[in-house]
Amino acid sequence: MENNIFELQYAMDTFYFLVCGALVMWMAAGFAMLESGMVRAKNTTEILTKNVALFAVASTMYLICGYQFMYDGGFFLSGVTTVAGMDDAAVAAVLAASAESGFGEMGEYAGASDFFFQVVFVATAMSIVSGAVAERMKLWAFLAFAVVMTGFIYPMEGGWTWGGKAVFGMYELSFSDYAGSGIVHMAGAAAALAGVLLLGPRKGKYTKDGKTVAIPGANMPLVALGMFILWMGWFGFNGGSTLKLGGIAVANEVANVFLNTNAAASGGMIAALLASRILFGKADLTMAVNGALAGLVAITAEPADPTPLLATIIGAIGGVIVVFSIIGLDKIKIDDPVGAISVHGVVGIWGIFAVLLSDADATFMGQLIGMLTIFVWVFVASLIVWGILKAVMGLRVTEQEEYDGVDLSECGMEAYPEFVSSK
Amino acid sequence: MKMITAVIKPFKLDDVRETLAGIGVQGVTVTEVKGFGRQKGHTELYRGAEYVVDFLPKVKIEVALPESMVDGAVEAILNSARTGKIGDGKIFISDLQEVIRIRTGETGDEAI
Repeated sequence: MENNIFELQYAMDTFYFLVCGALVMWMAAGFAMLESGMVRAKNTTEILTKNVALFAVASTMYLICGYQFMYDGGFFLSGVTTVAGMDDAAVAAVLAASAESGFGEMGEYAGASDFFFQVVFVATAMSIVSGAVAERMKLWAFLAFAVVMTGFIYPMEGGWTWGGKAVFGMYELSFSDYAGSGIVHMAGAAAALAGVLLLGPRKGKYTKDGKTVAIPGANMPLVALGMFILWMGWFGFNGGSTLKLGGIAVANEVANVFLNTNAAASGGMIAALLASRILFGKADLTMAVNGALAGLVAITAEPADPTPLLATIIGAIGGVIVVFSIIGLDKIKIDDPVGAISVHGVVGIWGIFAVLLSDADATFMGQLIGMLTIFVWVFVASLIVWGILKAVMGLRVTEQEEYDGVDLSECGMEAYPEFVSSK
Repeated sequence: MKMITAVIKPFKLDDVRETLAGIGVQGVTVTEVKGFGRQKGHTELYRGAEYVVDFLPKVKIEVALPESMVDGAVEAILNSARTGKIGDGKIFISDLQEVIRIRTGETGDEAI
């Protein structure tokens, strides 16, 4: 009888990873829609190509070597049980392990589902970069970077955090980051920042006397759609990071994670909308969208422990931070067409420290050292890779190509060929 | 033969087209254009950065007419395109050297 329950528990927890992984995969669509709405029509095909391709690159590189670097899962997933590998002996071994650990522990689940859940996080981290470098980077330089980021840079810091490994064998982290405000979001933003610094701003974005020029996005409906898709996918992102569903306490935790995730997004949206109204006199849709995403990033490091009210406030603080960060980055001429560095990086750091508001086991130094380790590693490693790419193939399209639109130079096709072009 | 070019507010297009059809005008070419006269533009805001939209969307209508119909057409356009508010647009009248129907090769007044 007990074995039947162990089988059910295995199935449920495996299923949970798979469904949550699918939800996180859906976030890739969210990023694609959000980013394509925020760029100009002439650059839309290219950013869509970046988004669809990076997901495939991440899935493949993580399979080849990333999962090994992060979790010792084996190159080419040699350590993951295949269909043929789950023979009667293997099933018996799983049942024995379940019996030994009882119902309270982590429990058993399919290794393939663990990979599936992890790989979509890699793709999320990578897609943060695509928005920041939009409208002026060579497509293939970006994809080359994606190969290294998803195969090596991200897995290394993921190994030091979720993987429990010592940082180059030197020290161990005591870093609390439930679903990855730091490990995924801030890391992606660090890679993006390194790229943007070497890339430079879009032509005409900043005037000689220091003013910021507006470059409006082509498709606001896509921006809103992208935000809602990301919001929904985030339920899998945070919810799946509980890593287990079968059990009363843990199911309750999952429910609270979903609740808090939603609350934080809402708080972030409201705060950003109000901030935009106060600062600019208008309700800026793009700021509101960034605010909701900032709220989601802010709660990602600890979505389980806060009360719903605290989660809303944590999200709201993220929403305020992101508005000021977007304006601030423009003031120091860091051109980020979608606000990715602000949403995922600046607010990612806030999310890391917001953990201290509700998690008694987390420490300030633990969070700080973890944050710095991740940031310095990803930023420096990315800077090196971007630098090599810049020297070898160049990062930026020519001025004429930028003017005509990267859709033509990189993809050879327009996104809206039947629409009359406006500018 | 004359060519009447009128730049009008976009939402007035249907009214103008109907009125012209009413006086017997057979064909019209319409283009979406941008422009400003004394109306000037307005400022918009995007993520904290202000930008000026100098050019306003307008519609340009081109009608080829025999000289006898010009006054009637001008009257028709004036009455149907006018709102009384700034930005109503302008009518330009120019001489038309030749008109040729592509399908049949007819020229002159028969081609209009």
